[in-house]
Amino acid sequence: MDITGRKLIVKALMEEGVETVFAYPGGMVTDILDELYKTDTIDLVLPRHEQGLIHEAEGYAKSTGGIGVCIVTSGPGATNIITGLADAHYDSIPLVCITGQVPLGLIGNDAFQEVDIVGMTRSITKYGVTVRDRKELGRTLKMAFHIAKTGRPGPVLIDIPKDIQTSSGPSEYPKSVSIRGYKPNENVHIGQLKKGYKLLKSAKRPLFLIGGGIPIAHAEALMLDLMERTQVPVVTTIMGKGSVPTDHRLYIGNSGMHGKYAANIAVSQCDVLFSIGTRFNDRITGDLNEFAPRAKIVHVDVDTASISRNVVVDVPIVADAKLAIEKLLEWAEPQNTDKWLAQICEWDKENPLEMRRDRGMTPQMIMEQINECFDSGIILTDVGQHQMWATQYIELNQNKKFITSGGLGTMGFGFPAAIGAKIANPDKQVICISGDGGMQMNIQEMATSIVQHAPVIVCVLNNYYLGMVRQMQQLWYGKRYEATCLRRQKQCPRDCKGPGEKCPPYTPDFVKLAESYGAKGIRVFKEEEIAPAFEAAKQHNVTTIIEFMIATEDLVLPMVKGGNPMSEMILSK
Amino acid sequence: MRNRWIALYVENQVGVLAKVSGLFSGKSYNLQSLTVGTTEHEDISRMTICVTSDDVTFEQIKKQLNRMVEVIKVIDLTNVPIHMKEILFAKVKNCTTADKVVAFQIAQAFDVDVVDYGEDSVLLECKLTERKNNELIELLRTSFKNIEVVRGGAVAIESISTSCAGRTEYKKK
Repeated sequence: MDITGRKLIVKALMEEGVETVFAYPGGMVTDILDELYKTDTIDLVLPRHEQGLIHEAEGYAKSTGGIGVCIVTSGPGATNIITGLADAHYDSIPLVCITGQVPLGLIGNDAFQEVDIVGMTRSITKYGVTVRDRKELGRTLKMAFHIAKTGRPGPVLIDIPKDIQTSSGPSEYPKSVSIRGYKPNENVHIGQLKKGYKLLKSAKRPLFLIGGGIPIAHAEALMLDLMERTQVPVVTTIMGKGSVPTDHRLYIGNSGMHGKYAANIAVSQCDVLFSIGTRFNDRITGDLNEFAPRAKIVHVDVDTASISRNVVVDVPIVADAKLAIEKLLEWAEPQNTDKWLAQICEWDKENPLEMRRDRGMTPQMIMEQINECFDSGIILTDVGQHQMWATQYIELNQNKKFITSGGLGTMGFGFPAAIGAKIANPDKQVICISGDGGMQMNIQEMATSIVQHAPVIVCVLNNYYLGMVRQMQQLWYGKRYEATCLRRQKQCPRDCKGPGEKCPPYTPDFVKLAESYGAKGIRVFKEEEIAPAFEAAKQHNVTTIIEFMIATEDLVLPMVKGGNPMSEMILSK
Repeated sequence: MRNRWIALYVENQVGVLAKVSGLFSGKSYNLQSLTVGTTEHEDISRMTICVTSDDVTFEQIKKQLNRMVEVIKVIDLTNVPIHMKEILFAKVKNCTTADKVVAFQIAQAFDVDVVDYGEDSVLLECKLTERKNNELIELLRTSFKNIEVVRGGAVAIESISTSCAGRTEYKKK
């Protein structure tokens, strides 16, 4: 029996086990929404902006390991999710995004709310297609779910014209799908892996470099086992942080632009770098000629195109991280790394991660209190200085998950992603660490967190600046704080070089803003107020913004200037 | 840096050409020519792509093409014997009688057909290699004041026997 396209769409969602969809209405998706109205197994989350919507879906997917499903209308609804698609593409987050489209006959007419969304998003989706034939709808939807979650996961966009939604056609939703051009790697090349392991075993100064591929493959426990069995120390990228417990004696820290001194020196001094699930992004390598100059490099990644792109490696291995580690565990033997570990400890003592404690409340103190006050939960960040401080000082283990926007570096990601994570994990404590700039980029989602009963503890580190860029201006642009001061008003002097007594008041007042949404607001000025604020927020059954008034001109240190070798770190002001 | 050749089997669908060509512009790969047409299977198209790149970039190009869902198969033709031809029309205009004689001589020397002829113009139809076509255009440009050229981009297919004379590019580094 034939059914309408809209019925088939909802049938597909149900057969895929979708429990939550993030949807914003519009003329070209009203049919799908009308069909969802009739189901009681799928929850619909209505955000306040489509950009918030897609970041919520990302947080939902990332915190569960499942797929985030978005439904938005044609035109502006579709263009508003573009940033989120790019973000999910970079950070390998599985999403299925259904965009409404004007009826087939109107495509190309510059119809009301018509855009070529598939064309616009071709380079930032794993797959995207407009359904032009009602008969193809079932297979296309199945393809979307299959492609989004297999291989290197990513966002898939399915553009469905209005008349495809309303016209009748086959009712079948296929159980599986075979795509001749898409065969994700499901095996490990044992010969290559053995070669890689041999190299690791022969090393005097071996090092694991772990990226976001480990959490994506759910291989955290296996990685911990591998690290302990081999006694080889681990450094992580920011996407890999938390793959092994951060308080483990074999865990050194993050490497990269704002990584730990000891971690970056270890990378530059190791003789075998065994990397799993990382793309060797420029924030990790710095000057490519100087990256791990003494090391033979083994690279395990599920994405062929990530191997030998930025760094030419000695042993390339195309494999899912989990499969590769399972195999490695069959061979793993303890190595004598005592001397190497002692050397790394020495480097860490030379330049530990530490902010001065004599000038009032610092970001480090806030992060330490988060470590102290929460023994489990999901911690998300936005993008900027606070994000780097979080990656430096937040302690993670099996009970604490860390989610951040790494590849695209999307300001405005943190808060909606936290709402998505909370919706998916109502029993877990969700903490969002944000800056005063990024928080305002999707502030409208306050309403979503209230109406969805998805309480999040939001830490806004307010230094009155778009701090990461101001940090560059401070160091390399003669303190010309153009376009980075959020207190600046029209009457301010042209040549302002920093904050003073005459500065205008900050806007908005985050505490009052929270209250206007029916949320709670707490403002924290001093170190001793941090813990009580967290304790109070824990008691609230509603989203709480804690605004931390931090020093205005603090820097994220250490740092490596873009393009410089990782061993050349700026350690102090 | 040298020219390299790829035969690419893709789904014969809307947007696939845009996706493939978009990869080259988006990632700053140096695309020399790209032709596309359907194959013996009407739902599959085959592209012949020529790029100029170094070894590392070329490896990356092949991987990037391979991971596109719509790409069925990537065949590297760079170092295998192939037959390769490009169609080219060249119209020589405002000819004097002497010009026409030269045009016919060129046609004979390059083994191309004169397929149309008018009072003051001659139309050449050439099915040569891309390189030979380049040489022909250069010669026409220096020999005549007014020419009009349209070329179709190269198509290539693997040779059946390795000794045949069809191959052109791969022997030269």
